[in-house]
Amino acid sequence: MATDLHYSDALITGILRRVRTIAMVGASPNWKRPSNFAMKYLQEKGFRVIPVNPRAAAAGASILGEKARASLEEVPAPVEMVDVFRASEAALGITREAIRLRAEKGFDVVWMQLGVRNDEAAAEAEAAGLTVIMNRCPKIEYGRLWGELGWGGFDSGVISSRWPRPAKGGGRSG
Amino acid sequence: MSEDETQTPASGPGPDWGFETRMIHAGAGPDPTSGARQTPIHQTSAYAFHDADHAASLFNLQTFGFIYSRLGNPTVATLEERIASLEGGRGATCAASGHAAQVLAFFPLIEAGERFAASTRLYGGSVTQFSRTFPKFDWRCDFVDTEDLSAVEAVLAQGAKALFVESLANPGGVVTDLEALSGLTRAAGALLIVDNTLATPWLCRPFEWGADLIVHSATKFLSGNGTVIGGAVVDSGRFDWSASGRFPGLSEPEPAYHGLKFSETFGDLAFTVHSHAVGLRDLGASMAPMNAFLTLLGTETLALRMERHCRNSLAVAEWLTGHPKVEWVSHAGLPTSPYRELAEKYLPNGAGAVFTFGVRGGYEAGVRVVEKCELFSHLANIGDARSLIIHPASTTHRQLTDEQRAAAGAGPEVVRLSIGLETVDDLVRDLDQALAAA
Ligand SMILES: Cc1ncc(COP(=O)(O)O)c(C=O)c1O
Repeated sequence: MATDLHYSDALITGILRRVRTIAMVGASPNWKRPSNFAMKYLQEKGFRVIPVNPRAAAAGASILGEKARASLEEVPAPVEMVDVFRASEAALGITREAIRLRAEKGFDVVWMQLGVRNDEAAAEAEAAGLTVIMNRCPKIEYGRLWGELGWGGFDSGVISSRWPRPAKGGGRSG
Repeated sequence: MSEDETQTPASGPGPDWGFETRMIHAGAGPDPTSGARQTPIHQTSAYAFHDADHAASLFNLQTFGFIYSRLGNPTVATLEERIASLEGGRGATCAASGHAAQVLAFFPLIEAGERFAASTRLYGGSVTQFSRTFPKFDWRCDFVDTEDLSAVEAVLAQGAKALFVESLANPGGVVTDLEALSGLTRAAGALLIVDNTLATPWLCRPFEWGADLIVHSATKFLSGNGTVIGGAVVDSGRFDWSASGRFPGLSEPEPAYHGLKFSETFGDLAFTVHSHAVGLRDLGASMAPMNAFLTLLGTETLALRMERHCRNSLAVAEWLTGHPKVEWVSHAGLPTSPYRELAEKYLPNGAGAVFTFGVRGGYEAGVRVVEKCELFSHLANIGDARSLIIHPASTTHRQLTDEQRAAAGAGPEVVRLSIGLETVDDLVRDLDQALAAA
């Protein structure tokens, strides 16, 4: 990989607070697949996650209670974030589709999963005004920044002596 | 306070925080419900579920959270994050003892009938664990002189899947060339596992030299007051289990989780998730929350204590070097030590506080020095605020053969010291009268 990617905690936090709906390209109906794990977790945290999976869509299937869609084109607006759960090579086509549909769907962020990186796609998306995150998992980042990752014994890198007020209703919103 | 502020999670420089800051703060913000600033002792066996779906998510490992304290506990998790941060690792799993952590480290890696290699210069209990008890699981250990790199290469070529060494070896004065060894393990597709107990992450950080896993006995300097039995295994998160294919425990379907593949689903979190969800679940050697709490208190002052431990120990070692009843002193901080260069490279903050010396008069004289001490405590431990003394050949290394004892630096004349935080002149006076009486 070219250079190390660095995203500030403030940038990631801002995205995860602002985004309500995520189109997850490559979401799997198989509960043991990483995409299904991530989708379930993000749903629990109050995100709406719309699966994009042509095969599941052709079969008329739902994934974790959400109807599968064949393409980004078919995702109902508004959707703020496109989460690319596909191989790095596939990210360019998906990103170009996201750029094309940007105004219509409300896309604001293209997020490529842990292990997925496509610098060409990122450059095009950023030139089009989209925010790009690569090689990160929104589930892990959410867990890390909202204090849950440490429950599993992981280093979150987060240090703070502030005591935030509890959320209204206990959700993510804010 | 605006709603924005209430929900903004902490965001800071993260990995850029200094070591001393992380000693005190890593893993431990104010308690979310009470505001308690010191980490609460979560003395509970089990945790409530919100509903059946939440329970299912937890049991399927789909969400972060607690089920039962054999698998995880908030106080223990705070210590795990603290140790992972101090070592620069991805995650850590605490265990009931250092020895339990060693079992936990090998458990996902070695299948029945498979081999790993270990240095001949190890804590005697580790030699016994690997050579006597592990064979009952059909795990086979080849001991190798890790200063002979071609011997290490040969044992790796014969199929050893991991190499286990101590960064600063017990009973003392020996520094291991971690960078050279990690080059060999990487080339062989094997793991380098480093017991960093004697050094602590303040003196040495083995991940910076290519180690894959680190184990600790938290019983020693991490807790620091002789209060706790505890251990930890830390994962660097850098070994690619899926690409390797040699570690099916992490890369192949796990029957106990409906065929989940840990490395595929959890990426660089796989080892630590597995250590909790399978290792602690089935081996059961979990750390008690009270022990995690005491170890957390210890880590808060780790750098300060290690500085004083090292300074006192070098002063005692220098004094012993000139004593007529002392044959030799093995302390890597001494200018005469053959490990001086390695110590400067791997232990720039100090060469540790556990070391050995040889008494003229052999076994009998060694035993007598120990018995004549007034201030030094005669006991089988290291890494206490109190100074400790022992005669390894008759105690900690007693189970070994003569050859194993010699290889481990625990011959008949050897006395081991673990230097504490007392007034250094008092330590010297006590040793002086004990040597005179021996
Ligand atoms: C270097 C080293 N590793 C491991 C252990 C084992 O740790 P525990 O006694 O906590 O099981 C010890 C204990 O003396 C040790 O000195």
